[in-house]
Amino acid sequence: MSRKLVFAIAALCFAAGEPAWAAEAVNPSADFKAFRDYFTSRFPKVPLKDFVNGPYSMDADLRKQWEAKEEFPPYEFALEQGKEMFATPFKNGKSYADCFPNQGIGIRQNYPYFDEKAGKVITLELALNLCREANGAAPYSYVKDEMAALTAYMAYTSRGKPFDIKIPDDPRALEAYENGKKYFYQRRGQLNFSCASCHVQSPGQRIRTEVLAPALGILAAMPIYRSEWGGMGTTSRRFVTCNSQVRGVPLDPQDDLYRDVEYYLSYMSNGLPIAGPGARP
Amino acid sequence: MRKYILILLAIVWSIAGIAFVAAAGSEADFKSALAAAESANKEAGALKNQWTTTAQQLAAAKQAAAAGDFDKASSLAKQAEALAKASIAQAKEQQEAWRAVEIR
Repeated sequence: MSRKLVFAIAALCFAAGEPAWAAEAVNPSADFKAFRDYFTSRFPKVPLKDFVNGPYSMDADLRKQWEAKEEFPPYEFALEQGKEMFATPFKNGKSYADCFPNQGIGIRQNYPYFDEKAGKVITLELALNLCREANGAAPYSYVKDEMAALTAYMAYTSRGKPFDIKIPDDPRALEAYENGKKYFYQRRGQLNFSCASCHVQSPGQRIRTEVLAPALGILAAMPIYRSEWGGMGTTSRRFVTCNSQVRGVPLDPQDDLYRDVEYYLSYMSNGLPIAGPGARP
Repeated sequence: MRKYILILLAIVWSIAGIAFVAAAGSEADFKSALAAAESANKEAGALKNQWTTTAQQLAAAKQAAAAGDFDKASSLAKQAEALAKASIAQAKEQQEAWRAVEIR
């Protein structure tokens, strides 16, 4: 047997033993299609746009309670506070409106985006704090009420607008996207759960008294009022809590990886309407 | 009689000495177990995969040591090290294992 033939057979054996994904390139549009197909075929009775309503799209009784609650929504105070904060100028006379396209109105669906100049993912929460710092104000905590109020107002002005997340043909953007996807699927914490364990493998199932939301559209209603928290919570707060609940030490809010996860999940929800602020049990 | 008292005192001193050496050894054991646990937990931190339970066991170990219970402190520190090592193993395993559950 010639040496060439031996190498060819060895290469074939090696290729056959490799998993299908080993040589795959990062392909957000293929991921998007597979992600959407998974949820729509698993839950054929749920209208596509209804996935943004999280657990209420999965459980009829819970939905009735939510619809009744929406008559006097628990996030209303935060919304009013956010509107007032948004309109209040900084000490230098400028305001949040000066930091955003379209004066910050109806733009939530475009966040997060990849900033090619900064080389990183910019979430709405980060953009708000960058705006504050650029105007001489101290940044807000990413997990407290002020940030939730501001993002609640900005989400409200964007309600119904479809997510429109773009991934530029830039290796750094693709890397951020891939890192976010990886973090989403990686198991962590002593309980050995990934984000996907709950929100891909088990939506609609109960974990203790909670009905798990599907990952499709899961960020569309952020920020949310959670009865469990007794208050409003940002996307950062949600990620931090998810990690703690599986006994993992959370990352810093707005850590690169959290922003990358938000980028990945928001891209997966492209076309679905913004529904924030939301209310959850 | 005096002779017996002296022998008795010698025995008591010997026992006390042994007990002291044992206690000192236990503190050294704790310090070594704590260093190993903290080192492993630092490695888990570099992998962004620490567990809350590791931190809890480390805190409990330090508390036991502060109260002078070095046996308990050593045992807790060893548990913390085992948890930290498990979190490192999890992070390393998940570097590739996540792909098997990805929607595709």
